[in-house]
This record gives sequence, structure tokens and C-alpha cells, in this order.
Amino acid sequence: MAVATPALAKRPPPWRNVRVRRWALQALFLLVVVAVVVWIYENLTDNLRAANQRTDFTFLRQQAGFAIPDPGFSSADTIFQAFLVGAKNTAKVAFLGILLATVLGVVIGVARLSTNWLVRRAAAIYVETLRNIPVLVIILFWYLGVLIRLRPLDEGSDILGLVNLSNRGLVLPWLDRTGGTAVFFAVLAVAAAAAVAAFLWRTRRFDRTGEPHRRVLWAGGILVVGLVVGFFASGMPFGLSLPERGEFATAGGFRLSPEYGALLIALTLYTASHIAEIVRGSILAVQKGQTEAANALGLTGFQRLRYVVLPQAFRISVPPMANQYLNLTKNSSLGIAIGYYELTRIYRISVAQAAPAPQATLVLMLFYLAFSLFIAGVTNLINRRLAIRGR
Amino acid sequence: MATRVDTIEPIPVPEPERPPTRRVPPQEWARENLFSTWWNSLLTVVFGAALAWALYKVTRFVFFDAQWQIVERNLRNFVVFHFPRGETWRVWAALFVVAGAVGLGAGAAATRREIEVEEGRAPAGGGRFLLVRRAVPLVLLVAVLLAFARSLEATLLVLAAAAVWLVFRLAGRRVPARHARWVAAIVFAALVAAYLTITAFGGVPWDRWGGLLLTVFLAVGGIALSFPLGVLLALGRRSTLPVVRWVCIVYIELIRGVPLITVLFMAAFALGFFLPATWDKPGLITRALVAFVAFTAAYVAEVVRGGLQSVPPGQIEAAQAVGLSPLRTTRLIVLPQALRAVIPGLVGQFISLFKDTSLVFIIGLTEILAVAEIATKQPDFLGQGLIVETLLFVSFIYWAGSYWMSRESQRLEARLGVGYR
Repeated sequence: MAVATPALAKRPPPWRNVRVRRWALQALFLLVVVAVVVWIYENLTDNLRAANQRTDFTFLRQQAGFAIPDPGFSSADTIFQAFLVGAKNTAKVAFLGILLATVLGVVIGVARLSTNWLVRRAAAIYVETLRNIPVLVIILFWYLGVLIRLRPLDEGSDILGLVNLSNRGLVLPWLDRTGGTAVFFAVLAVAAAAAVAAFLWRTRRFDRTGEPHRRVLWAGGILVVGLVVGFFASGMPFGLSLPERGEFATAGGFRLSPEYGALLIALTLYTASHIAEIVRGSILAVQKGQTEAANALGLTGFQRLRYVVLPQAFRISVPPMANQYLNLTKNSSLGIAIGYYELTRIYRISVAQAAPAPQATLVLMLFYLAFSLFIAGVTNLINRRLAIRGR
Repeated sequence: MATRVDTIEPIPVPEPERPPTRRVPPQEWARENLFSTWWNSLLTVVFGAALAWALYKVTRFVFFDAQWQIVERNLRNFVVFHFPRGETWRVWAALFVVAGAVGLGAGAAATRREIEVEEGRAPAGGGRFLLVRRAVPLVLLVAVLLAFARSLEATLLVLAAAAVWLVFRLAGRRVPARHARWVAAIVFAALVAAYLTITAFGGVPWDRWGGLLLTVFLAVGGIALSFPLGVLLALGRRSTLPVVRWVCIVYIELIRGVPLITVLFMAAFALGFFLPATWDKPGLITRALVAFVAFTAAYVAEVVRGGLQSVPPGQIEAAQAVGLSPLRTTRLIVLPQALRAVIPGLVGQFISLFKDTSLVFIIGLTEILAVAEIATKQPDFLGQGLIVETLLFVSFIYWAGSYWMSRESQRLEARLGVGYR
């Protein structure tokens, strides 16, 4: 009996061939994407020419023509330099915000699992409230509702003449440079190197002998000695600068503007509520046997957290924490709503000053992408160091 | 002889044994939970004092010191802003349609859940007064709105809407499980009908919406339109075709790397440049919607990707073995399982979007947050520092909405059996 199978032996026609189909599909897809991009680009250049605007990025080299309250910037500088100042201000908020939000978030996350009912409840209420309100509302609340409604400068509160708090901001005592600082920084650098060396030495000694390492004490002590020696050896190059109240502004000291304060406080509180949930989840994810073992060894509650639970929880929590750090940095763009001079506000002013909007927006996005990539890179590095290997 | 088809008996799931509940007298409870150690006692005293003080301050402000007239007089602005007054009935009508549709869907879902519990496919849960407890944030929200409205008409209309919801919920309970597909279609059609009630037949186009109405529109419209796009992006990112994959990856990661406000600015200031000069330039609300869709789609894609990865590869291999084409494998085998797993994640995305709609304030639209700011600049309220009152009110609306949805999402997560297998 003859079985007719010649059809199977033949090569399939090209439109039934998987490889041909894959190539064709991808080519078609690419064609559509490129066509859309080209279409948008053509429209863009046409519209920009019609609006008498440049079609390239040379606007970045133009004079800014607007002022930013920053000592390093004048209106004669370029728009690109203005963007750099904005990036600096964004970084200022993001860096401190990440630090504070982490600390507060860990405290609240641990408090959510406290054995004390009141503490547990209070932490839960904090998290459930802050997490469910838009961060922009929180920013506006702190700025419009609290910080600029503080007493005006002439009746503002001076605390011991050291700190001045008013609706113009918070002024803290700061250091003034009064002499040459080269010797000071040289001594400080030597001390820092010595501190690191001492830290490593104590760690290695601890690993070998098991004696208490006290490495933080050692390193910190050396740094303090270095600071004191350097300060006197270089002829006391720093003086204390205290806030002095003038008629319209304070002189001296270090001033934190209410805009910066509101943005920092709001971002910290909001992000801390998210971090608290991550910390809580990570702690719960640490196997219960670990806690029980720690209890069996007779560790106190604090020791159990510090040496057993938190180190393991921290490992789990790095990737979601990184996400929150990214969010905080991106949310700092909302400073524009209260007039803080971060990237987005600089962009907004530039566009109002006739910088071409499409290109300016692209530059703005690139700046934030750079921030995101930087943070993602750093946290990836941390994650790789902390992740449990060999499993 | 006809073969007998055995109905597969569900495997009975044993009721998990619960530890016996311990009844302790209050002083015992306090000793265990508040004063177990000296450290705990200290915490209790310090925290208790601080909390009592905060509670006193807040209560005093909310019930005595706050000047709520600004919210009372602007309530209409908060809810619809410059929506034409003569057309307000359309919003009410839409509310009724939505109440009916949601009731129908909720009823059908409840029936379906009961069947699942009976068959042992889902954990039993809840307890007494579940429906009431679930609705607390929403009821609170409506109660506060009505308290500010002080209008008999509005109260009656809200009660009527609640009645419509209840009637349709009862109707939905009676829908047999095999018609679930139809229920979904009806709910979807009703939402479209609600939208048409407001816009069609001489109605008000969305470019003139404001207040809470705009907030809800941007959130619902944003998630509804970004969902299909997000699914496509997620599929593209998992595609075996390198070109498709890379285009999707670049889009998703670019969007996720920039803040939402930059995308909103792109839509507000630059979108007009991307379109041919001969086209009508879209209005600001449309532009905002475009930005939300473009932005949320990237996040939805990541959520859906998680679901796609959770589908066991054996499912796809089995589909291929049966001879399904790649398209049908995706549509019939992969997507149904993946999408079911990501519903809680999608709700989370919707909550984010709901909160993020406040950002349109910065590009000059008047959703509720903008109204909170504008109200303080009215001649009657100018310079009285009433921004705290309006911001508190707006925060409460956001809080009630997102808190309610996040609790529903947790319930859903439990119901879909995450960790129950």
C-alpha cells in the first residue's frame, strides 16, 4: 500500500516558512516604527520652522536671561548651565531625602511589628494615611499650610541665637572660612586614610581572634583627633557663623529655604511610608526559625533585630528599596509646584523664555534618565554585594 | 454504548484548623500588649501622651477651629468645577448608570465566588458584616460630601443611587455563572453609556470637565486605554522577535526612567509640534489623557509581564503540542491565566494613577487639587489662610478612594488564591 507523503518531503513555500515569516514580520514592524518616527520628525521640523524656532539643540548654549538664587549662576550664563544648577538642586533634595526616608522608614517598619500595641497601631495609621494621599498634596500642605505660614522674619523665633526659624526658612549655624585650609584638608585626608586602615585592621583582628573589634570607635576616634589637630595646626581656619537677623533677610549661617524644607519633608514622609511597608514585608519574610533561634540564644530584642533579623531582611529589601529611591528622585520634580529651583522648574522657565519646547523636554528627560541610571547602577552594585551567593 | 462522562469531583479542602481564640480580661491584655517590659511601658506612656496630644489637636481643628464654609460654598466646584450648571443632571444620571452596572458586576462576582468556595477552589473568608466593613471608606466619603452639601435633594439622589446598586446587585446574584461573560459585556457597555450620558445629545465634552469628575475621568480613562497598550507592550517585551522586543524594552525603560510630570509637559507643550499643522490641536485634557496613557502603559506592561512569567511553560508547550498557532496560544492559553494573576497589580496601578491625576494641577487643569488652591483665592476667602481646610478636604477624598481600593485589592489577592494552592 503506497502512502502518499511527497508533500512533506518538499520544502514549504516561503509564506509558510517560519524563518521567512519572522524576518518579514520584524521588517514590517521596523518599517512601521520608523515611518511613525519619521512622520513625527517631519512634522516637528515643519512646525518649529513655522514657529520660527530652532530645530537643533543650540538653544542650550544661549544666554539664559533669567536669574536663579544660586551663588554660582548669573543670568549671563547659558541655559545648559541653568539646567546643571537645577540638577544640583534636584540632587540636594534627592540625596538627603533618600537618607532621611530610609531611616524613618526602617523605624516605622520595625514599629509596625512592635510587641507594643500602641506603637504598632500608630505606625499602621501613619503608613495607611501617608501612602494613600498624593505626594503633591503633601508637598503643598507642608509649603502652603505650614512652612510659609510660620512667623515672619521680624518676629521669627531665635533659639538661643543659634537657629533662626521664620517663614523665610531655617537658618542654622555654619562654618566660615577665615584662613588657609590647605593644611587642614591635608591633615584630614591623612586622618581619613588612617581611620580606614584602623577599621580594616580591627576587622581582620576580630576575624582572627574573636576579640571585640570596636572598629567604629577606633575609626571615629582617629578622625576626631585628625580634625582637632588639623584645626589647630593650620591656625584655626574656620570660625562659627551664626544667623543674624537683618531687616529682609538673615546674614550668616546656613539657610534652608522653605521650598527646600517643604519638598524634603514631604518626600521623606511619603517615601518613608512606602519604605516602612517594604521593611515590614522583608522582616516577615525572614524565616521564623531565625527569630526563634535568636531568642533561644538569649539575645535581647534589640540584639535580635540588629544581628539576626535586619541583616537578612535588608538583603531582601534592596531591590524594592531601590525602586523607592528612584521614585523619590523622580517625585522631586514636583518641587516645581512650590517654586523650588530643581530641574523641572528650570525647564519650565527656559520654555517660557522661548526655548523650543520639544527639545527642552527631551533634555529634561535625559537629565532624569541620567539620575535614574545612576541610582539604579549604585543599588545594583549594593545588591550584587549583598545577595546571597552560591545557591 | 455511550461513554459515561464522569464529572470530576472536586477535592474537598479541609477547613484549616484555627487555634482557639483566647479571651483575656482587659487588664491582662494591657499587661501583655502595653506594659510587658519597662521599655514597653516607657514607650506606651511617651507614645500615648504624644498621640493623645495629636488627637486632641486634630479633633479640635476639624470640629471647632476649621472654617469649613470654604468647602461648603465651593462643594460644587470641588465636584464638577465649571461644568455647566444646567447640565448637572447628566452627571447624576451617569452616576445611576454606574451604580447599576457596578451592582450587577458585584452581584455576579459574589455568586461566582460562592461557587468557587463551595468547590474548594478559593479560600473561604470574610465573616459577618463583610459587605458593610468593606464599604466603610466609601460610605464615609459620601457622608462627608453630603454633610457639606446640606441638601435634601442630593441626599435623596445618593440614597436612590444606593438603592439602584442594591437592586442590581440582587439581580446580579441570580445570573448563572455561565453568563459571566455577558455580565462583563453589560458592565462595560454601561460604563460607555455613562460616558455618553454626559457627553452625547447636546452634552458636555470632556474638555469642559473639572473637579472630582475630571479626576475620576482621567484615572478611569487612563487605565482603560493604557491596559490594551500595556498588554501589547508586555507581549512585545517577551516576544522572540528581537526587533519587536528591543523596541518595547526601550519604550518601557525610557518611560519608567522619567517622572510623570515630564511626560505631562511633553504632552502639554510639545505634542502640538508632533502633529501636522493642518490638524486641530487637541485640548489640554485630551493631552493630559494621552500623557497618562503613554506613561501608565509602561507600568502596566511591567505588571502584565510579571503575570506572563507566572504562566508555567508547560502550558505553552501543551498548547503547541495540541497544534495551536502562536497567536491562539497567547490569546486562549497564556493571557487568560496571566491576566487573572495580575488583577491586584493592576488595581495598584490604578490607585497610583488616581493619585497621580493630581499632577495635572501643574499643567493648569482644574481637578480637585487645583480647586483647593483656587478656592482660597476667591474674594470671600482671600488671605485668610484657608488652604489647610481645602487641602485636608481634598486629602480626605484621595485617601478614602485609594484606601478603599487598596483594601479591595488585598481582598482580591486573597481571593485569587495567591499563596493558596
